[in-house]
Amino acid sequence: MATLREPVPTFAGTPPFPKAAAAALADRQLRENLRRATTTIRDKRARAVAERDDWEALRLAGAAIKDEVLARLPELLVKLEERVTAAGGAVHWARDAAEANAIVAGIVKDTGATEVVKVKSMATQEIGLNEALAREGIAAWETDLAELIVQLGQDLPSHFLVPAIHRNRSEIRDIFRRRMAAAGRPAPDGLTDEPRALAEAARLHLREKFLRARVAISGANFAIAETGTVIVVESEGNGRMCLTLPETLITVMGIEKLLPRWQDLEVFLQLLPRSSTAERMNPYTSMWTGVTSDDGPQAFHLVLLDNGRSDTLSDPTGRQALRCIKCSACLNVCPVYERTGGAAYGSPYAGPIGAILVPQLRGIARHPVDEQTASLPYASSLCGACFEVCPVRIDIPEVLVHLRGQVVRQRGWRQRTLSQEALLMRSLGLALGEPRRLAAAERLAGLAAGTVARDGWIGRLPLPGLLGAWFRGRDLRAPARMSFRRWWARQRRGTT
Amino acid sequence: MSARDAMLGRIRASLADRPPVPGVPRGYRTSSPPDVDPVALFSERVRDYRATVHRRAPADVGATIATALATRGARRVGIPPGFDRALIARAAVEVVVDEPPLARAELDALDGVVTACAVAIAETGTIVIDAGPDQGRRALSLLPDYHLCVVGADQIVGTVAEALARLDPRRPLTWISGPSATSDIELQRVEGVHGPRTFDVVIVEALSPALPDPPAPQEAVP
Repeated sequence: MATLREPVPTFAGTPPFPKAAAAALADRQLRENLRRATTTIRDKRARAVAERDDWEALRLAGAAIKDEVLARLPELLVKLEERVTAAGGAVHWARDAAEANAIVAGIVKDTGATEVVKVKSMATQEIGLNEALAREGIAAWETDLAELIVQLGQDLPSHFLVPAIHRNRSEIRDIFRRRMAAAGRPAPDGLTDEPRALAEAARLHLREKFLRARVAISGANFAIAETGTVIVVESEGNGRMCLTLPETLITVMGIEKLLPRWQDLEVFLQLLPRSSTAERMNPYTSMWTGVTSDDGPQAFHLVLLDNGRSDTLSDPTGRQALRCIKCSACLNVCPVYERTGGAAYGSPYAGPIGAILVPQLRGIARHPVDEQTASLPYASSLCGACFEVCPVRIDIPEVLVHLRGQVVRQRGWRQRTLSQEALLMRSLGLALGEPRRLAAAERLAGLAAGTVARDGWIGRLPLPGLLGAWFRGRDLRAPARMSFRRWWARQRRGTT
Repeated sequence: MSARDAMLGRIRASLADRPPVPGVPRGYRTSSPPDVDPVALFSERVRDYRATVHRRAPADVGATIATALATRGARRVGIPPGFDRALIARAAVEVVVDEPPLARAELDALDGVVTACAVAIAETGTIVIDAGPDQGRRALSLLPDYHLCVVGADQIVGTVAEALARLDPRRPLTWISGPSATSDIELQRVEGVHGPRTFDVVIVEALSPALPDPPAPQEAVP
């Protein structure tokens, strides 16, 4: 059987955001691809949402339902386990990535299969399942078109919904021509870069894999605690293939993906498609409860994944990040994401939601985090567009600022007291603490500005460290030669 | 301690501040406005997905199915065991009943499949199949490249909320909104990836109770 021999790249070793972003910004093709894609989907989403005059009511309901899930999580998880088990499924609990990967690998091995087909899933990317299975000699075939492009291109996904958003059509054609043969059925002769032709090539390439697949692995968009029903939302039909044809189905699901009631789908099946693909409804949604005799997989395993979610839950401000339904609307409106793309964030969770979710999943509430993780809450201009489009009203800017505070507090006593930032803040505090000191500082600033300002603006400053870096990207209007307070005092002296 | 107990313990500890369980404000619409004709809206919304929709009186459904299958060039067509065979009797095709269940390769070799549905949703242009006897197991309406679905006008509800209330979550459900599609390449929509690339819907019109004298079924024009 064919396998991809070369090592698959991972996010490990991504430098801190400013450095990764600078590299991404230097790639003109990437910026062009991203700008076109995000603009298109942004406009489409706005139209799809405008069609519903009750959109805000749906958002309020969505946020409340997810908050209820978090508040009742232990009880609802136990109920889900009960219902899935009663319907013939098996439920597994995984504290971290290693435990989840071991559970999945064990189930696959028990079937005797050496390959699996996969439905696109953020949770399995998060835990590095494909690489873990490869180490056990199991080939994992991604079947979502964009994931296939990423996998064949030995690339990293850069968007939840459109993981190959950074690739244009001719790049995709080249990847198919070069790589399909090594993974199975080769690309048709004379393949063009027409999207229709490329989709047809993917259909032919994957059909043979679907027809022979014995084990499938999926994520879950939702699971209903009161019924044990699991739901996967998709467009291409690769999900239906994986969820229907194999004998064994393994679903890896973050514990926050629960919904309490069947009825709650009336909210989320409206919020998700319009927010993510900007459609009234996505082409296919599959729902199943345990196993059904004579229809679909006869063995169903549900793996409930923690991997930092309970840490995230411990922070009353930060826990709202767990409401996320992975629609990707916040990526598409983010001015930072639009320019850097997803790879700069160093995890499958990119964009504004990634910037608040990843540091928390990596335990920032419990212990200091590495430099790359600590840089993520700063990957934002705090413009607030992400909060406005979020279908479950996650106040992303609020959490970003909260996490920045945590990063600063965790940097330790020496850095807290002696870093340039800390010194600057302390001098500022000193100056603002007393009117006479402020007056002196203002006079000083007015004089200093006179020497560096040009036409009333301060541009680049040849300063080392923090101040110089700050001015590299910004122009500041020079402080007035005379402060308002001095002017006011003079006026009063003049009139009395 | 088992992973399960450890996880539940950690989650409980993380909720030590006892966040309140909010009431869910359900101020959104759950039914269509009264002036909306669900059948007309459903037809319009399904067409938006570039699927074909026919609205027919009961007596004309057989002829319409025959024409649709001929137009699509289908020669071997699968049906679920409980599907009304009379509806497909006029079609010049070889009808293959999925009983005993066909092998994957046999399903893959079919030119198309004709099924009924469990419920349909006007606002989103969605049909839902629940593996009932006239809809068949999930693989049947998945592997063939062409799916024709017969929808009773009385099966069409206005909203997602109304559909959920009619469905049984214990059954395997597939919600279908148009043909399979992808926007993964430069966000340009392409119909037809892995699921059926062509999707036709035939709506069987109920005789309107508002009419005092329903016209007699006409045999002639399809």
